[in-house]
Amino acid sequence: MKKFIRTIRDIFSLLFKKDFVHAGIKAKRLFMGVKFTDGLVYKVLVYALLFSFGYVYLYPMLYMLTNSFMTMEDIIDAGIKWIPSSLNFENYRLVFVELDYFRSLAEAVYLAAFPALSATVSSAIIGYGFARFKFPLKNVLFVLMLMTFIVPPQITMLPMFRMYSQYELLGSIKSFVYPAILGQGLNGALFILIFYQFFRMIPKSLDESAQLDGATPFKVFVKIYIPLAIPSIIIVFLFSFVWYYNETYLSGLYLRGSDLLSLPLKLEQYINNYTSIYPEGSQARELMQAVKLAGNVLTLLPLLILYFFTQKRFVESIDRTGITGE
Amino acid sequence: MMNFFKNVFQKIGLVWDKIKYALSHNFIFRTTNTHWIFFSFLRVRITNKRRQSLIGLSFILVWIIGYLIFALYPIFYSLYLSLFKVKLDGAALQLTFQGINNFKAAFLYDPYFVEILVGYIVEILINVPITIVFAIIIALLINQDIKGKGIWRTIFFLPVIIISGPVIGELMRQGATTLPSIREYDLIRMVLSNISPGIATPIQSLFDTILLVLWFAGIQILIFLAGLQKIDREIYEASMVDGAGPWASFWKITLPSIKPLISVAIIYTVVSMSVFSLNEVIIYIRNVMLGESTDALINGYGYSAAISWIYFVVMVLIILLFVGLMSIRRRSKS
Repeated sequence: MKKFIRTIRDIFSLLFKKDFVHAGIKAKRLFMGVKFTDGLVYKVLVYALLFSFGYVYLYPMLYMLTNSFMTMEDIIDAGIKWIPSSLNFENYRLVFVELDYFRSLAEAVYLAAFPALSATVSSAIIGYGFARFKFPLKNVLFVLMLMTFIVPPQITMLPMFRMYSQYELLGSIKSFVYPAILGQGLNGALFILIFYQFFRMIPKSLDESAQLDGATPFKVFVKIYIPLAIPSIIIVFLFSFVWYYNETYLSGLYLRGSDLLSLPLKLEQYINNYTSIYPEGSQARELMQAVKLAGNVLTLLPLLILYFFTQKRFVESIDRTGITGE
Repeated sequence: MMNFFKNVFQKIGLVWDKIKYALSHNFIFRTTNTHWIFFSFLRVRITNKRRQSLIGLSFILVWIIGYLIFALYPIFYSLYLSLFKVKLDGAALQLTFQGINNFKAAFLYDPYFVEILVGYIVEILINVPITIVFAIIIALLINQDIKGKGIWRTIFFLPVIIISGPVIGELMRQGATTLPSIREYDLIRMVLSNISPGIATPIQSLFDTILLVLWFAGIQILIFLAGLQKIDREIYEASMVDGAGPWASFWKITLPSIKPLISVAIIYTVVSMSVFSLNEVIIYIRNVMLGESTDALINGYGYSAAISWIYFVVMVLIILLFVGLMSIRRRSKS
């Protein structure tokens, strides 16, 4: 910034000296730079694009946040678009009470944390197996593992629904924990890939020396590799947690009719119940808009807080899958 | 307290040793120093290679079991069911063989399915390239020498954290996923009203869905960003010395080096868009499965298995189409 001001000053002083040629050169250097990418025009362009994309990304969030504070009058008033006339917590209070927020939140966390934990443990073990050992058919199995990512859950959902209903697992968290513990949880292939890539990078001499000291393979895994893999473990757990928390399609099927519901589903259910009371086009329905958004904010709040503290972990995750080539 | 845990662990260790001993010294499987003995007569010499593969397989065993139960069996079972008319008889299933009638019904009889499927295909074919292009642009922007890199990355990755069916559904219902400011521009409205509706409608719908499309780009941005950071800076410097501008070096250096990642990003995009819980096809499949339609021909487990297989095949074809397009190279001048 200082440099920028100094250059502007230089240009003006050159202009006052009526040295137009040098002023022109300096100005051109300032705007276009030596190789264009270091000039002012380029900088302005980049920031303009970044801000417009940022606006597009944040627009729904901002919309949700501001509208959730609005009263009925604010929503109907066409003049009020962004800033509500008063900070009104009534919508939040309503959702908070109706959803029994803390209880529902605890349930939702329980519903997401246990499958996520089992997925993390199992994918660490599986990734280790794929990364460190040679065995027959390894490549075939690895490709099959990657293929499971493409198979949509719609195909497997029906037989699994039958299976769960036969073994009476419907409506319980087990219907998510069991697949996760066997490495078939939500996006399981991706997590196995993260661990696979991580364990492959560690030099083999490490466990060879441990073996010489008499450690069994299991001990090597637990005592050497797990402590090293803690960053990966955190990443996988966070991702898995977030995805299970937001999952609604399968949980809508497996947990139907039970009390155990993820928070997004619970919110939807509550909204459906609430809207059906009031006739189409009535004022209460208009108000519901704000209440629904308040509910959305409340369901997202735990994730946003989590993301706020751990965003670095999320961002470095892609590097760890190794799909960018090492 | 520490002592207590120590004791517990020691006890567990003792029990574990016993279990281990029992597992390796029974009539099915026995180990001596040099051989594994199965059923007391099948002696297999222990080599380092064999030991390695046995240990490796035992680590994978969890996955193999899971794959058989939760992937392979359901896949084939649903393929099997798709050939039958399935009636629920209490808890048991009553199967009547149909041949390929279920698949025929999907295309010839079902009034909704084909329409929804075509809608999905068109949507994917338009949205995937847009997602990829915007992901590359945003990744390029963040990769520049800018202030607050971390903050921008945080913003662009945010949707991955909060994207879920009900939230997006609610935002869509309230019109928060279309940018009002874009559509209210008179210029754009004028342009749209002056060109033929055949062109104007897709553009219109593009503006309506651009936000959702961008929200699907979080992971892809990271993929491209990671790829961009791996490109050697010296290559750019060398090309600059040879007189290449930023435009040329983008097409000649940047794009070719992230090209392999484009296929990965495409696969990820197609899969994540196809299994997103607001996708109309998968909602339809679930409704059919739960028997919410009254028409007997297009109802029940068998039919829903059939259409989910059609959906899967279409999805794979789309992926193959895109990846195939990516692998086309210009004929080398030789």
